[in-house]
Amino acid sequence: MRTFNLSRFLSSVRDAGLDGYMMVVGLIIVLAVLVMAVFAEFIAPYDPVKTVGMPVTPPSPEFPWGTDTIGRDVFSRVVYGSRTIMVVILMSTALSMAVGIPLGLISGYVGGPLDRVFSLVMDSIYAFPGLILAIAVAAMLGPGIYNTSISLAVVYIPTYFRMVRGQVLSLREQLFVEAARALGATDWRILRKYIFPNVFFIIAVVFSLNVADAILTEAGLSFLGLSVPAPTPDWGFDLKNGQRYFLSGKWWPVVFPGTMIILLALGFGLLGEGLNRMLGQKEVR
Amino acid sequence: MSLRAYVITRILMTIPMILILLTLVFLVMRVLPGNPVIAIVGMKASPEYIKKLEHQLGLDKPLWQQYLDYLGNLLRGDLGRSMIWGKRPVIQEIMDHFPATLELTIGGFLVSVLLGLATGMLAGIRSGGKVDASMRIYSIVVYSLFIPLLGMMLQLVFGVWLHMLPVGGRIDPGMEPPSITGLYVLDSIISLKMNSLLNSLAHLALPSLTLGLVLSGIYTRLVRSSLMEVLGQDFIRACKARGLPGRAILFKHALKNALIPILTMMGLQFALLLAGAVLTETTFSWPGMGTFLVERITYRDFTTIQGAIVFYALFVALVSLIVDLVYAYVDPRIRY
Repeated sequence: MRTFNLSRFLSSVRDAGLDGYMMVVGLIIVLAVLVMAVFAEFIAPYDPVKTVGMPVTPPSPEFPWGTDTIGRDVFSRVVYGSRTIMVVILMSTALSMAVGIPLGLISGYVGGPLDRVFSLVMDSIYAFPGLILAIAVAAMLGPGIYNTSISLAVVYIPTYFRMVRGQVLSLREQLFVEAARALGATDWRILRKYIFPNVFFIIAVVFSLNVADAILTEAGLSFLGLSVPAPTPDWGFDLKNGQRYFLSGKWWPVVFPGTMIILLALGFGLLGEGLNRMLGQKEVR
Repeated sequence: MSLRAYVITRILMTIPMILILLTLVFLVMRVLPGNPVIAIVGMKASPEYIKKLEHQLGLDKPLWQQYLDYLGNLLRGDLGRSMIWGKRPVIQEIMDHFPATLELTIGGFLVSVLLGLATGMLAGIRSGGKVDASMRIYSIVVYSLFIPLLGMMLQLVFGVWLHMLPVGGRIDPGMEPPSITGLYVLDSIISLKMNSLLNSLAHLALPSLTLGLVLSGIYTRLVRSSLMEVLGQDFIRACKARGLPGRAILFKHALKNALIPILTMMGLQFALLLAGAVLTETTFSWPGMGTFLVERITYRDFTTIQGAIVFYALFVALVSLIVDLVYAYVDPRIRY
């Protein structure tokens, strides 16, 4: 196992050019939002669910990002909203991975009719518009952090399944796997020791790109009022709340949470892109 | 394999896909924890009333029988009746809203393909340069744009500040063309109503731009990589050797071949368009399937929600079938 070496990492970022910079910018955005989510209590000046001023007050020293439609501090809501979206995204992704990755490993490794059935089911779900599937599940489960996570998880299981399965199919035929088998390794051991570690880096890339997508889906669900229940700060829902004032020039309840959604999705997108190319290059060399 | 044999196989392959999707919808609607009837009437309803409603919806039967009923009804084209107001057949309600979504989807599709072709060609012609790098960033940035925020920004700029375009709805009241296909733009052309045509196009502009811009980044990438691959092939070098001008090579020879792989992606693209349309519709009060579905969820109209989701599933399966057939027709190599 190689240990992490910061100066080598930085020089490899510089060598990678645009991809390196994209990855770093993405990483900074993601970490910034993560810090926001973890230390929300210390960053937010007000209670996010309490009315602290007049409705829709423009940004001022007292309320740096203004107040929303019922006089809550927009900045504090955005800060706490980062926690909501991060928790939902991490839970849903963990769930998608917990189902998608093992199924993909087994399906790709075993092959045959089992693989065909799994693939058909996963491809069908994959073909269905993600947001609409999430809407259907969310509508049936009702609002809440856990339910929203489940709705999103269902959508992204096929992404992990397809990617892992594809990797396993090509790894299965390679010489080192054959060698392991010749030495008498069991299937379980081959999967665990030889195939899984090689799938791992691809999972990191897919995770990043997939989370970018999941953020937009969560924000979409929340914009439609199908995510967490009302007083909880949530970017998409807050944006929806401000919508009716937006065209009369009161932009702050909409623009701040909306920009955060875009930034966070962009952060994960850039991170995934950069990682993808950098890891890809290594494989080629 | 002949084209005919391929068409038949592909149509047969659609059946399991549809069956899986329908089963998935059934599982989501009936088997997930949470009682749809309580979701409809609320916790406070009397147990007798809940029993009655369960019976009416067939939810008191064993699950396998519910499943068979569900498939049987679908085979007869029966999606049930709405549970609110006029209790209209769900299929009629869907048909009232579907053309609006189709029109928006086509608009968004055209915008995304045009933008994607332009940006992808810019990137692909001189790959590795500054333009290429900026197009790559373009493709990542536009994909991250959150549709409601983008839509509201466009409303503010083009609707409120510049007074150029309407900010919501499909058409001004009283301007509707006679209903033939349900697509206002097409109907206006058929019935030669110039005013309706301009009015509906003006309403269509911002929603299509919103939806199209967000999805254009995917085409940027596809066009770029596909064009680069074609430009590296021998027949392009042969064109250059014969002294053809660069423009002719690009448009007459390279682009045509580069577009073929892009066709394959259109089935999945279409799913993205439909999902994006839900958010675009709610942002622009566009009276399509998305606004309809979300509205019925707030009214807890169980049969209509189920019907709309089933309709989406069938529509997606149909589109992916059509895309594959077109692909096989355009590129005979695919009919292996």
